[in-house]
Formats: sequence, structure tokens, C-alpha cells
Amino acid sequence: MDKTEYQKAWFMVLPVLVLVAFTAIIPLMTVVNYSIQDILGRSAFFVGGDWFRETLQNPQLQAALGRQFFFSFTILAIQVPLGIGIALLMPKKGWQASAVLILIAMPLLIPWNVVGSIWQIFTRGDIGLAGYTLNNVLGVSYNITRSSLDAWVTIILMDVWHWTPLIALLCYSGLRAIPEAYYQAARIDRASRWAIFRYIELPKLTNVLVIGVLLRFMHSFMIYAEPFVLTGGGPGSSTTFLSQTLTTMAVAQQDLGPSAAFSIIYFLIVLAVSYVFYVTIMNMQKERLADVGGGK
Amino acid sequence: MARIELRNLGHQYAPGGDYALQPMQHVWEDGGAYALLGPSGCGKTTLLNIISGLVAPSEGQVMFDETDVTHTRTEDRNIGQVFQFPVIYDTMSVFDNLAFPLRNRRMDEAYVSQRVQHIATMLGLEGALNRRAKNLTADAKQKISLGRGLVREDVSAVLFDEPLTVIDPHLKWQLRRKLREIHEQLALTLVYVTHDQTEALTFADKVAVMLAGQVLQLGTPQELFERPAHTFVGYFIGSPGMNFMECTVDGSQAIVDGEHITVDPAMAEAARQHGGSLQLGIRPGLIRAAGEGESGHRVQVHSVEDLGDYQLVTGYLGNHRVHVRLDESEKIGSDGLQVVFPTENALLYADDRLVG
Repeated sequence: MDKTEYQKAWFMVLPVLVLVAFTAIIPLMTVVNYSIQDILGRSAFFVGGDWFRETLQNPQLQAALGRQFFFSFTILAIQVPLGIGIALLMPKKGWQASAVLILIAMPLLIPWNVVGSIWQIFTRGDIGLAGYTLNNVLGVSYNITRSSLDAWVTIILMDVWHWTPLIALLCYSGLRAIPEAYYQAARIDRASRWAIFRYIELPKLTNVLVIGVLLRFMHSFMIYAEPFVLTGGGPGSSTTFLSQTLTTMAVAQQDLGPSAAFSIIYFLIVLAVSYVFYVTIMNMQKERLADVGGGK
Repeated sequence: MARIELRNLGHQYAPGGDYALQPMQHVWEDGGAYALLGPSGCGKTTLLNIISGLVAPSEGQVMFDETDVTHTRTEDRNIGQVFQFPVIYDTMSVFDNLAFPLRNRRMDEAYVSQRVQHIATMLGLEGALNRRAKNLTADAKQKISLGRGLVREDVSAVLFDEPLTVIDPHLKWQLRRKLREIHEQLALTLVYVTHDQTEALTFADKVAVMLAGQVLQLGTPQELFERPAHTFVGYFIGSPGMNFMECTVDGSQAIVDGEHITVDPAMAEAARQHGGSLQLGIRPGLIRAAGEGESGHRVQVHSVEDLGDYQLVTGYLGNHRVHVRLDESEKIGSDGLQVVFPTENALLYADDRLVG
């Protein structure tokens, strides 16, 4: 078949281009503007990469970045296996299935600030159920405003409670999409429960897990409201994550230049890590085959 | 390898409800290729699931040789099954897919390797052993499904549930031929479920035609064609199906709209004894044109389709629509067609069942 040359067809792309410009490029350009200039009122000086250099060398930001990575990887390491496990245990049909679905989805419906408040009260030593029980009944010293370990454990627990349901629901839908014939074939082949999970369920879950891992990484890497309400970043700065550091810089200190530079770096990190995740998961299956090597 | 016997086997999904399978009694010989043929909802898949152990029958027994397997789990029945769409282990290579059932049975790795090579060669998969199963075509995947059954030397039977549904038409006949070939080499008991008569007739030694939970006839393709036991079998098999015309019987003559057609005297007698609603049945291809000076029955021609090496005449005998399949060389006059219904091919049916 001959292709007709019709260059005017490029204009067809124009609406999308305009839309993307307004939603993504133009707002981002403002940040770019601030990141390479020193803008004060009506005057602006070009500073080149100064703000970037300053930001990258800022020890406060470096520490926050480290904490941020530690946090994101910890919650992923807990939420992904836990979510898959919950999905495997959920009832498959009947009213029990609907009931469990609703119960599991509940934490997802609570706004971030409220989650923070709930846990803040929950962990208080004087009136909180957990705080009071731990300190006065079990005799374990627990105080998230004094011990950074307590604060960390609590924030991770809170995130696991809030977001594991997302992974569980995604995996549940993935599991439901596996045709019954696969399980039947596995029975005929006498596959163990583990083999069924390893060779049927897990491969069929790859696609929903990619979505789950990416969403959870991006979400958790940008976490703000929950720890801010729960610990305010403390004790000290032990639970101060990137968003909070950035907000302090941009809003409280009005350091717009370094904040803009940092925003761009922040954005690039999220983009880069998400990309690496995606490529790794997609390549994992190919590599797995190389390990097996045809079994000879 | 096993002989499969269904003893008074019947199934109701709900107690006291309709029978999904009417109680039946059948023996399927060891090494036979059987097809279950019928329209959707006739119970053929239910029957297959009972044999594979997925469904427990509400009455009767399933015997593999002398063993009662009615309540044996699928895992322990030692069957192979090929499903409607390819079921493979995506992340494994073709080799590992084929080796999987053997490894799960803790077979020696040297034996596994030799067995997989053997079956892969038989199926024409030897070149793809190291490839990822996921990346193969649908027909190759179906071969893997089949291969996972065949690698076990002691497999009792291999069951097929409409295995060619997702295969390209031009590959269907290749895969079907492969199945025949393998059946001849391994002499396995094969049970093949389909709604496609071509598949059933070309694949199986014996075909069970099913309707509404009943096996209407179990016979060779030739028997089904020449002596359908039920009007549905005559109608379902053959293209176009058998002609059926309501008739009355007088002596050894069947009378269709005043036309006297000679039938087998014994059959006519049996039909008279049985009573009920009588029909005369004859295959379109077994009706022949009357020769010069031979007396025949006049069929008023409605349309003629030229189908290559034969022509298909649709016409009327009295008020009854009949199909006649004629040689390409036969001339059809404008005043109609004189045809002969050979006595040995004209069959009588009482209440839809063949008499005599």
C-alpha cells in the first residue's frame, strides 16, 4: 500500500500540543524561570546553575533525601508482599467478597490530613488507644514526640495501613482475571500451591504490580500531610521528608530560587526512579528465562 | 492409557433439577479417539469435566479400567487436558513447560530431559525448546498444552475441550492432522469435545452426538452418516443435513404427500408397530436422478447451487422441501427433476428415532 504524503496532517496534533502546553509545560516553565534567575520584584538576574549547586550541597536537603528514599523503599518492601498476600486470602465470591472489598478499601477513602490526625490521637500517651495501652498496660515506653524510632515505626505503620489496600485491590482484580483453566491445568500437572503462585499468579500479576509499585513509589516519595500532622517532622528533623523541607524553604523562608531548583531536581528524581522501576520489572521476566537456560 | 467406562452416569447441578446429563452407560475403549459433538449447552463440556474430575457426578460412576475414579481428585487421575484457549506457564521456556508435570512428580532429570526431547520432536517443537512459551503462536501454545499431557507415559487419557477455537483456519487442519498422527503413534485414549462436525468426524474413530444432556448416538462417522439413530443426528451431521419428510406407511411403502416411496419391508413393519409420528429420512447425496425411462418422483426445483464438483438442488416433493445433491454432469430440466429414493437409503423414523 502506498502512503500518501500529507504534511498538513501535523496540524491535527496541534490541539493536544496546546493542551499539554497549558497543563504541563507552561507551569513547569515558571519553575524553570525561578531556578536559573534571581528574581526579586521586577528585577531578575541570570544566575545559571548557582541555585542547583547550592541545593545539591545543602546538607539538610541531602539528609531529607536519604530519609525519603529509606521511607519509600521500606513501605514498598512491606506493602507489595503484604498486598499480594491479602489479595490471595480475600474471598472470591458471594457477599463475603463484597464485604471484604469494602472493609479493605475503607482506609483509601480517608483524606491525608485526617489520617494524620487519627494516628496522632491514636498514639497519644494520655488519651490514645495505642499510646495509652503501650505505656500504661504493656509497660513499653512509647512516645513519638521523643523517640525518633517510635516516630518512624508509627509513620511506616500508618502508611502501610493507609495504602496496602491499594496494592491488595489491584492484585485482587488481577487474580480474578486469571481464567479457571489455568488452575485446572496446574492441578492436572500436580503443581504445588507455591508453584501455582510462582508460575501462574505472579506472572499474571506483573502488569498490575507495575502500576501498583509506580503509584506507591510516586505517592510515598511525595508524602507530606500525614507525617506533617502526625510528627511535624520531628523529633528534631528525624521524620522531615522532602516535601516538608521544600515547603519550609519556599513558603516559610521565601527562598524561591533554591526552591525552584530543588523542585526540578525532585521532579527528575521521581521520574528517573519510576523509569528504572518500570524497565526493571519489565526486564525481570526476560532475565528469569536466561537463568533457567532451557533446563539442561 | 485406560479404558473409560461410564456406569449409569448422570448429573444434575441442583438436586431434583433438570438433568445436565441424562443417565448413560458407555464404554470407551483404550486407545480409541472419541469425539463429543453437539450444540452449545448439550452437556458435552459437563461430561468432559466429569471425566477430568472437575465436576463430581450426582449419580453413577466413572471407571478408568477397573478403578472407580468417580471421587478421585483431578491431580490423581493422571489425565492430560487441552483447553479452549492455550494454557501455558508464561514465564517458563517451552522445555520447562513440558518438563513441569514430570518435575512435579519428582522424576529423574535425565529421564525428564529425554522424555521432553522425545515429545517435542513428535510435536514439532524441538526448535523452540529454549524459547519463552509466552512468545509463541497460538497453535504452538496448544501443542505445549498437549505436550504437557503426553510427556507422562502413563497418562490415562487426553481430553480436548474445543482446542482449535483460537487457531487460525489454515493451521487448524495441520494441528488436527498432528493429533491424528500422535494418536496413531501413541495409541492413547483421546476424548475431544467440539461443536464442529468436521473436526469431530475427521478426528475421531467414534463420535458421540449429544443433545440436551443425552448421547443420541455413539458411532463411527460412517454409521452417523449412513444410519443416523435420531433425526437430530441426521440433521446435525452432513451439509446440508438429512431430508426428513412426514409420512404414513402402507405395506412396504412410505407415502409422502401422495408419493409412494418403497422402503425396507422389515423397517416399514417396525414403523407400523411403533406408530407415533413417522418421518422418512434420506441423505441429499443418496438421492439419485432417475435414468432414461425409469419411473421416479417429481421434485419441483426451487434453486440450484453450483458447488464445484457437485450441484445442490433445493426443491419440493409435494409440500416437503428436499435437498438433492447431484453430480455436476446431471442436467436439470425446467419442468423439474425426476428422482429415485434408493430403498436401502430411505430410512424411517418414529418419534424422531430410527426404527428397525
